[in-house]
Amino acid sequence: MPDIQADEVLDCSGLLCPMPVVKTSAAIKKIEVGQILEMIATDPGAPPDMEAWARQTGHELIDQTAENGTFRFWFRRTK
Amino acid sequence: MTTEVQSEEGVEGSASQPERMVIIAASGDLDKAWPVLILATTGAAYGLDVTVFFTFWGLTILKRPDAGISGEDWRQKMLSIFAKGSSDHLKLSTLNFAGMGPWMMKGLASDKNVASVQELLELAKDMGVTLMPCQMTMDLMGLSLDDMIDGLSEPAGAGSAIGLMKEASINLFI
Repeated sequence: MPDIQADEVLDCSGLLCPMPVVKTSAAIKKIEVGQILEMIATDPGAPPDMEAWARQTGHELIDQTAENGTFRFWFRRTK
Repeated sequence: MTTEVQSEEGVEGSASQPERMVIIAASGDLDKAWPVLILATTGAAYGLDVTVFFTFWGLTILKRPDAGISGEDWRQKMLSIFAKGSSDHLKLSTLNFAGMGPWMMKGLASDKNVASVQELLELAKDMGVTLMPCQMTMDLMGLSLDDMIDGLSEPAGAGSAIGLMKEASINLFI
């Protein structure tokens, strides 16, 4: 697992589309610009969806992992 | 459907105003209402300014569960009985089987932790999605805002819809 210190952790385990994207968008608004949000999901659709969301909104996807059906994402709020 | 990326910065904050997305919801089928609300909430999550324009049977999604018989004309009254509406009583476009299909589909969704149409409707409102009922079809069906759920925008017509769609990056008719 990458050594990234998250300021906030959002657990979307068990949730399916569109909830991981929707909840992440709400959670990133609650942290400060420059801070890091870690999001955990089990939806197999989450990796492509979260990559697209980060690309379109401009928030930085610092890293992601996939282990045993659990996906972790680290986003930095950019604005 | 067009999804033009205006700049590397993305849709949030790339311009003074956020990009717009408009969905015309013309169906009261469960299997149409669901994608309408999934796409509306996801659009809002992308920072888009989302409007859903509900027309014809799409209006039934917005009816209160306790709306009862509405309208003045006997035909409007009959419509309100046959198309009872409310987000909890939507039918499937195929495999409805007198309610068996939706019951099974909603059970599966609940087991799989998929957000229900009602949950997505509330979420859409919380996220600032504009839910706009069509004035003409409300008049046609004899519906007033008293028959509808709270949190809707003022009813408007095709002119308003086109005005929004002309400025939108994504326009969908579902």
